[in-house]
Amino acid sequence: MSATDFTTEQIAIMDKIISRYPRSRSAVMPLLHYVQSIDGFVSPRGIEKIAEILELATAEVTAVSSFYTQYLTKPVGEYHVGVCINTLCAVMGGDAIYDSVSDHLGIGNHETTKDGKVSLERIECNAACDYAPVVMVNWEFYDNQTPQSVNDLVDAARAGNPPAPTRGPNKLRTWKENSAVLAGLDDGLANEGISAGEASLRGLKIAKDSK
Amino acid sequence: MTKLQPVLSAHWDEKDSFTIEGYKRHGGYKAVTTALAMEPDAVIQMIKDSGLRGRGGAGFPTGSKWGFIPQGDNKDHYLVVNADESEPGTCKDMPLLLANPHSLIEGIIIGSYAIRANHAFIYLRGEVVHVFRRVQQAIEDAYKAGLLGKNIGGKGFDLELTLHAGAGAYICGEETALLDSLEGFRGQPRLRPPFPAIAGLYAKPTVVNNVESIASVPAIIANGIEWFHSLGTEKSKGFTLYSLSGHVENPGQFEAPLGITLREILELSGGVRKGHQLKFWTPGGSSTPIFTAEHLDVPLDYEGVSAAGSMLGTKALQIFDETTCVVRAALRWSEFYKHESCGKCTPCREGTWWLVQMLHDLEAGKGTEADLEKLLDLCDNIAGRSFCALADGAVAPIISSLKYFRSEYLEHQRNGGCPFDPVASTNFSVVNS
Repeated sequence: MSATDFTTEQIAIMDKIISRYPRSRSAVMPLLHYVQSIDGFVSPRGIEKIAEILELATAEVTAVSSFYTQYLTKPVGEYHVGVCINTLCAVMGGDAIYDSVSDHLGIGNHETTKDGKVSLERIECNAACDYAPVVMVNWEFYDNQTPQSVNDLVDAARAGNPPAPTRGPNKLRTWKENSAVLAGLDDGLANEGISAGEASLRGLKIAKDSK
Repeated sequence: MTKLQPVLSAHWDEKDSFTIEGYKRHGGYKAVTTALAMEPDAVIQMIKDSGLRGRGGAGFPTGSKWGFIPQGDNKDHYLVVNADESEPGTCKDMPLLLANPHSLIEGIIIGSYAIRANHAFIYLRGEVVHVFRRVQQAIEDAYKAGLLGKNIGGKGFDLELTLHAGAGAYICGEETALLDSLEGFRGQPRLRPPFPAIAGLYAKPTVVNNVESIASVPAIIANGIEWFHSLGTEKSKGFTLYSLSGHVENPGQFEAPLGITLREILELSGGVRKGHQLKFWTPGGSSTPIFTAEHLDVPLDYEGVSAAGSMLGTKALQIFDETTCVVRAALRWSEFYKHESCGKCTPCREGTWWLVQMLHDLEAGKGTEADLEKLLDLCDNIAGRSFCALADGAVAPIISSLKYFRSEYLEHQRNGGCPFDPVASTNFSVVNS
C-alpha cells in the first residue's frame, strides 16, 4: 500500500489535527492515534503519511511511535483487555485475574484470540487504585473486578455484547473507535455515564453525613 | 480530629457535575471575572501569598513558578497542564477531570492570564478515553461560552486551549519529558538549566503545573487567601485530595486540609479491612519511601512527611495489610520502573534492569544476605545519578522496605521462597473467609 491510500476526508482530518498546534510536529502523537483508529495499529502506510505531511523522515516518526506503549506494531482485538498488574492491583487480585483470563482465553500478554475479538495486555497503574483490581477494556474503566467477572466480560465481548464500562459511556466502543477519540475526534458520548463512582464520592459522603 | 473539606469534590455527587451548567450552578467561572479585573501580576502575587504548592508530587510553590516567567520579553508564553497521572497509587486527577473538568479549565484561564500565555495545553495520559471525552466537551463548552478564544470576557485577553493525549509513557509525567513529548518527540527528560520558565515548550517560557494545583486556583481567587490559610498547616496551606486504596474497608477520595493523618483518615473511613492489621503504606505513590504503623500520626503535609523520611508526593495512600509480601511489592514496583525508564541515562536504564533481576532471585528465595548489601549498593549508584527523579523513585521502595522489613527478605532465603499466600491478600479472598 502506498501513502496515497488514505481518503481525501481522512487527509482533511489529519490537517485539522495539525491545525491545533503552533508547530506541526506536535501533531505526531494524535496523528498516530488517528492512524490506529483507521488501520488498527501504526501501519507502515500511516508512518509514511505522517512523515510526508509533517515533513519528517519515516525514521523520525517510527522513533516516536516505538517509544510509547499505546502505539502498536500489530493489530489488537476489537476488545483490548488490559489487566493492571502494578503492585496494588496485583496484590488485590490483578495477578489472579490475569492468570485466570489468560487461561480462559488461551492467550498470553500481547496476544489476540483467533477470532480477532479479544486481546490481552498486562498494564501498569491506570489511576483508579481506589477501584482495585482494575481492568481496562479499550481504555475504559472496569472497576472492582474478579477473575469470574473478567472471564464473563471477555465471553460477552466475544459474543458481541460486552457490558458497559463502570465509569464510561453506556455502550463499550471498539478499540479503533476509541483510538479516534484520543486523536481528538468527538464521538458525542461525553455526557454518558456517571459523574463519579462510589469510591470517588467516599470522602464527600462522610463529610456530608457528619454535618 | 481534622474534618474533611470537600472543595474540588464538593459537587461530584450531582449527575451533571461535569457540565458547564452544573459547574456554574455553584459559582463556577466567577473567579475568572474576578481575576480578569485584576492586574496579571496581582494574580501571581495572590497565588504566591496563598502559599499554594504543587499537588503533583514535588510541592513547589505554584505562585513562584508563575513568577519565574520573564515578562515584557515579546515571546510567546505557554501554560501546560500535566494530566499524565501515572504514579502507582495515584488516582486523584482522573476522577477530578471526570467529575469536574471545568475547575481545571477555569484555573487554566486564570493562570494563563497571569503569566500572559495565549495558548495552553492539557497533556492527558492516553489510557483514559472517557476522561478525554469529558475534558474535550468541557473545552468546547467553554469556547461556546466565550471563556476561551478571542477577547475573553470583553477584556482583550485571548486564549487557545489544546487537549493532547499521551500514549502510555509514565516518564511523560516528568515536566521536561512531557514538553519533549508535546513537541512531537520521544518523551525523554531534558538537562536543566535552562528550566521550562526560560526555555520550555518550543524553547519559550513555560509553566508546567499539575491538574489539582491549577484546579485549586479558582477556589483561592473566589474565597480569598484568608480562607485558604484557615486550612492546612503553617507551611502547607490549604486543602488537597488524599487517595486511599488497598486493604481498607472503604477506599476512595478524601479531600481534607493538609496535615491530616492516616490514622484520622482510617478512622473516618472505616479503617483497615476487618480482621487485619496495617503492615506498610505509601504516603504519596510508589516513588515515596514506604511507611509502617509507626507513622500513623505523621501529619500528611510537605514538612511532616519529609521529616519522617518520605515525601508527600501525590498523597496516594496505598495500604497493605499483614497478608502482603513486601518483597513482592518491591519487585513489582521495580518491574514498573524498569518498564518505564526512558533509557536516556545509563544508571537508570541499566540499574533498574539489575534491580529486577536481584529482586526476582530474592523473592524466589535464591538470594543471600550479601545480596542485600549489593542491592543497597546498586540503589546508591542509581539514585541521584540520572537526569530526572524516576531513578530516585525506583530505589525508594527497595531502600525503605529493607529498612523496615530486612528480616522478611531473609525469611525468603530461609524458606527457599515466598512465605506468603497471595490468595490471602486479594480482595475476593474476603468473600470466602
